Amino acid sequence: MSNSLETAQHPETLRRIAIDPISRVEGHGKVTILLDENNHIHQVRLHIAEFRGFEKFIQGRPYWEVPVMVQRLCGICPVSHHLAASKALDAIVGAKQLTPTADKIRRLMHHGQMLQSHALHFFHLCSPDLLFGFDSEVSQRNIVGIAAKYPETARRGILLRKYGQEVIRHTAGKRIHGTSSVPGGVNKSLSLAERDELLKDSEEMVAWSRDAVQLVKELHFKNSELYNSFGAFSANIMSLTAADGSMDLYDGQLRGRDAAGHIMFDGVKDQDYTTLIAEQVKNWSYMKFPYLKTLGPEQGWYRVGPLSRVQNCDFIATPLAEIERREFIAYSGKSLLHAPLAYHWTRMIEMLHAAETIRDLLHDNDIMGSDLTVRGERGFEGVGIIEAPRGTLIHHYRVDENDLISMCNLIVSTTHNNQAMNEAVRRVAQQYLHGHEITEGLLNHIEVAIRAFDPCLSCATHALGKMPLEVEVLDASGEQMSYLARAGDGASINC
Amino acid sequence: MNNPTFTLDGKTIPFTEGQTIIQAAIAASVYIPHLCFNPEFKAHGSCKLCTVKANGRKTASCTAQPQPDMIVESNIQELNDERRALLQMLFVEGNHFCPSCEMSGQCQLQATAYELNMMSPHFDHFFPDRPLDASHPEYLLDFNRCILCSLCVQASRDVDGKNVFALAGRGINSHLIVNASQLAETGFSGDDKAAHVCPVGVILKKRVGFVVPVGQRKYDLLPISALAKGD
Ligand code: SF4
Ligand code: FES
Repeated sequence: MSNSLETAQHPETLRRIAIDPISRVEGHGKVTILLDENNHIHQVRLHIAEFRGFEKFIQGRPYWEVPVMVQRLCGICPVSHHLAASKALDAIVGAKQLTPTADKIRRLMHHGQMLQSHALHFFHLCSPDLLFGFDSEVSQRNIVGIAAKYPETARRGILLRKYGQEVIRHTAGKRIHGTSSVPGGVNKSLSLAERDELLKDSEEMVAWSRDAVQLVKELHFKNSELYNSFGAFSANIMSLTAADGSMDLYDGQLRGRDAAGHIMFDGVKDQDYTTLIAEQVKNWSYMKFPYLKTLGPEQGWYRVGPLSRVQNCDFIATPLAEIERREFIAYSGKSLLHAPLAYHWTRMIEMLHAAETIRDLLHDNDIMGSDLTVRGERGFEGVGIIEAPRGTLIHHYRVDENDLISMCNLIVSTTHNNQAMNEAVRRVAQQYLHGHEITEGLLNHIEVAIRAFDPCLSCATHALGKMPLEVEVLDASGEQMSYLARAGDGASINC
Repeated sequence: MNNPTFTLDGKTIPFTEGQTIIQAAIAASVYIPHLCFNPEFKAHGSCKLCTVKANGRKTASCTAQPQPDMIVESNIQELNDERRALLQMLFVEGNHFCPSCEMSGQCQLQATAYELNMMSPHFDHFFPDRPLDASHPEYLLDFNRCILCSLCVQASRDVDGKNVFALAGRGINSHLIVNASQLAETGFSGDDKAAHVCPVGVILKKRVGFVVPVGQRKYDLLPISALAKGD
């Protein structure tokens, strides 16, 4: 673990490069790099806009509105926010244990989200880099290029995602921004017709997800040196696990391991997350840096998401995903595999787990039950934690005696990964940019590293595989020395 | 003797003595857009959404009475354009955030905007600051959405005999008030008629938001113009 390259000694003497991807939903993400005259790198920072606005304007709103309102902070994984908020607010209405129908409908919705998000990320956003190469011809490096060269892969990617969206539509009411999860339960279950419609293709989705794991695994094996070293850095990891240690993406307790894989903490209840995690503010980023209190801000940062989850749990309860998890663990050896590009492999293992879970839930008649909500003793504070596609997502609310929100704290997955993504970008800058002239292909190396984490900004800006980018090289006095831009259509503009 | 008739957009509509144009239209299952009119209350013609052309002259159909053989035009571009502009003004004067509003799918303002193909608010938002009144244990007032239709004022005064609500201020400063410092201190009760007349999402029963799933909400299946009473 290293924080070198976070702050240069004499920034005033260095050239500054800004890689500026423009984000449509979450605001702005950019990378700045400080170089000397020999193109040696002295400082690299990834900056991402934060969601502070929501924490503020949710205050004073009635609590039952929150699950529907907060999901609007993301157009890509709204279900995660919808569910994390509902889970937090279950405590407000005193719902200690949801009805089986409510619990399973929420889980079904969540795994539908996992399936569609992971499929989108792998097939639409990343497979062009992985199948064609990071600095392959830019006009080909997108889903359209994939469809031309690998039509079956592209077709399955699209249909897997569509299936996940259909699961969401039937459980949440709409494909995006549904309303069915309410404090204390859900407002609908599945009809027999809805269940049958989803059941029809469920086995095929499992089979295709399994093939996707094979595909990404082959890519990893074929280029193992690159995949294991690209942007690699070691880090602590954190995720929820179920009480029995299995992977649980919807609910559970927090577990963390150090970079060597030793368990540092386990069984931390969601309501107690503040005993574990604090957030640090840095003057150069809008996004906070969460860290483990026991280790402090320098050593206590951690990585979340598929790469952490697959290595953090003791087993996966669905059989096919468990076979894949074991193979991954056997491959990584005794300690943890920290390579950012291994995110893809673990993400596909999770997609397989999601597909299996969906199929199994569809065979459970509870999802068609009519007992939808429970109420108990009114509470005034609640925390909901969920494993969103991108990692651990924390929602924390206080509600006053008039039912209005008085405090809201959100720690989103991308924020947990803030330091980790910075580290990855620094490694890649060191490995590939250090001492070189910048080219579009080199720029894409930075993006490939960021994209591996699947941060929201990459989804929002990258639907066609062409993140608009600007790189500006300025000399110490601020004069522009060179400029490279890539338009949203992928064309390079050299100025 | 047969009832007298008038024509509404070419269709023959019978009417009886004392009926307004909109009442006769509703009885004949013809929709005229409206917001401040509710068949259960005396019309007061304030929102102007129901404006029609009667023998070429513009008039509020919720207050105007038809004449035999009158030619009434309602569903014509000129009037619909004006109605859309009125709706857009209502949307920007208050804070109408449909995406997170618990009345979405059950709101007459939203349904009417869909009916009239309102695609954007067009005008600049006012973003007024209107804090909620959550003092009552069972009901919440979210003033952000008030369109000043007066229906709650009428219901509380004329049906409940309570005068809980009133409109205060004039013109652009008009706003809804309650007859105490907050709702909990008025005699308001969930059994009041006033608790159930708001066409938008101001007077809300607490803790039941979003219980109706998407697909089963009032305007999910049919547009407002196809509903029996047109509301
Ligand atoms: S609160 Fe509702 S019923 Fe009362 S005036 Fe406002 S919009 Fe009309
Ligand atoms: S409905 Fe006639 S003026 Fe409002």
